[in-house]
Amino acid sequence: MGEQNIRKISSDQILAETISLKSAGYRLVAISCTNKDGLELSYSFDKDYDFINLRINMDYDTEIESITCIYHYAFLYENEIAELFGAKIKNIAVDFKDKLYRLSVKTPFNMKKEEE
Amino acid sequence: MGERTVIPFGPHHPVLPEPIHLDLVLEDEKVIEAIPQIGYVHRGLEKLVEKRDFKQYTYIAERICGICSFMHGMGYCMSVESIMGLEVPERGQFLRTIWAELSRIHSHLLWLGLTADAFGFESLFMHSWRLREKVLDLFEETTGGRVIFSVCDVGGVRKDIDAETLKKMVDVLTGMDKEIRELTQVFLNDATVKSRTVGVGVLSKEKAQELGAVGPMARASGINTDMRTQGYAAYKHLKFEPIVATQGDSYARMDVRINEIFQAIDLIRQCVELIPEGEVITKFKGNPDGEYFTRLEQPRGEVIYYVKGNGTSFLDRVRVRTPTFANLPALLETLKNCDLADVPILILTIDPCISCTER
Repeated sequence: MGEQNIRKISSDQILAETISLKSAGYRLVAISCTNKDGLELSYSFDKDYDFINLRINMDYDTEIESITCIYHYAFLYENEIAELFGAKIKNIAVDFKDKLYRLSVKTPFNMKKEEE
Repeated sequence: MGERTVIPFGPHHPVLPEPIHLDLVLEDEKVIEAIPQIGYVHRGLEKLVEKRDFKQYTYIAERICGICSFMHGMGYCMSVESIMGLEVPERGQFLRTIWAELSRIHSHLLWLGLTADAFGFESLFMHSWRLREKVLDLFEETTGGRVIFSVCDVGGVRKDIDAETLKKMVDVLTGMDKEIRELTQVFLNDATVKSRTVGVGVLSKEKAQELGAVGPMARASGINTDMRTQGYAAYKHLKFEPIVATQGDSYARMDVRINEIFQAIDLIRQCVELIPEGEVITKFKGNPDGEYFTRLEQPRGEVIYYVKGNGTSFLDRVRVRTPTFANLPALLETLKNCDLADVPILILTIDPCISCTER
C-alpha cells in the first residue's frame, strides 16, 4: 500500500490550514465525507502531484466554517456534503440550501438517523 | 448598460444528452454570469456500497459512466488492491492500460462528434462517430461488451487478449490513425470551425489553476498535469509527455483532445510491443481493511477514488470525485462575457458528463 499523506486537524483549524496550503500554491482537489462515529471530512489538495489530505473528525452537531472564502469553487463540494450527510457548514458562498440535488429523502447518507 | 435578462438553459437542451440547468444572466447578447443547477438524476451509486459487497461493487463502479466505464472500474479496483496490498500481474497491468487508452480514443472521438453537431457540421459529426464505431468493435471483440465491459476485477483483469488479436488491434488503429488525421484537419483548419472556437471561452492559466481545472481543460490552458505520468498500471514502462497548449480557448481544448487521440494510439502500440506473457489476475482471500485515495487520468481529466474498508466484505465508503465535477467552476468562468450563441459550444468544450457528476 502506497503512502497516503493524511493530516488530522480539528474542525476549528480548517481555515488556517487551508490558507496555508493555498498560499503554498496547492489547489483544492476534493472534499469527501464519511460516517465514522460522527462525520469524517477529508479535504484533499494537490501541488505538482504532492497530494495532501486534511482529516477532520467531528460529531453531527458541530458546525464547521466553509472554505469558500479561500477556494470559492468549494461551494459544490460543501453543498453536496451538507445535503447528503447533513454536515453543518457555515457561510458557504453559494448556498443551495438543500436544493442542489432533488432528493426524496433528507440527508440520505447520514447514519445518525439509522442509529436513532 | 444594455437590458438585463435571465434566461434558463436546460435542463434539457439539444447539445446536452444529460440534464443540467444554467441560469444565464444576460446583458443584451453577452452572458454576465451563469448559475448552475445539477441534481436532476442523482443516482446514489456511492450509497449502494451498503447493499453490495466490495467485489460486486466493481460492476457498480463501472456503471458510473458509459464512456469512462473501464477506467471507473479500474480506479475502484486500484484503491481496493492498494488497501489489500495486492500486486496485479504485469500482463494484467498492460491490458488495463490498453483498454484505458482505447476508452480515451473513443471518448475523444465521441466528443469531437458532439462538438461538430453543436456548431451544425453534421457530416463531421457522423464521420467522427463512424471512426468511433471501430473502437467499439475492438472492445466487443476483446471484452464482449461495447459500453460496459465487466473485464476489470480486483487483482487484475478477467480476460486475456491473444497475440493475434493484439496485432489486429494495432493494424486497425494504424488504419484509423490515417483517417483520424484527415478528419481532424477539418477540425483544426476549417474556417467555419475556427470562427466558432478560436478566442472563444478563454480560460487563463492562472484562472485554471485557481479554479481547480483538470484534464484537457487544464492542459489547454498551459497547466502541465497528467496523472498518467505518476506511473500507475503500465504507464511507468511507456514513453509519453502530457499534451499541453497555451491559448486556453475552445480551439486549444479541441487541439489537446485531438493530439491525445494520436498519443493514445501510440501508447497502445508501445503496450503491444512490451506486453509480457503471464497471468492476468492475482487470486486473493480476505477483505479490505483500511483506506486509500487513488488518482488516475480519465479522458475528461483526473478522477479520484476514495475507498474505506473495515475488514468485512462490505465497505464503509466509496467516494468518487469525477473530472466534470472539478471542471464545473472553470466552465462558469469561461461563460462570463461570452456571446449567448457560444454557450452550447463552451459547455461542450469541458466535455461534460453529468451522469458522472451525479453518481
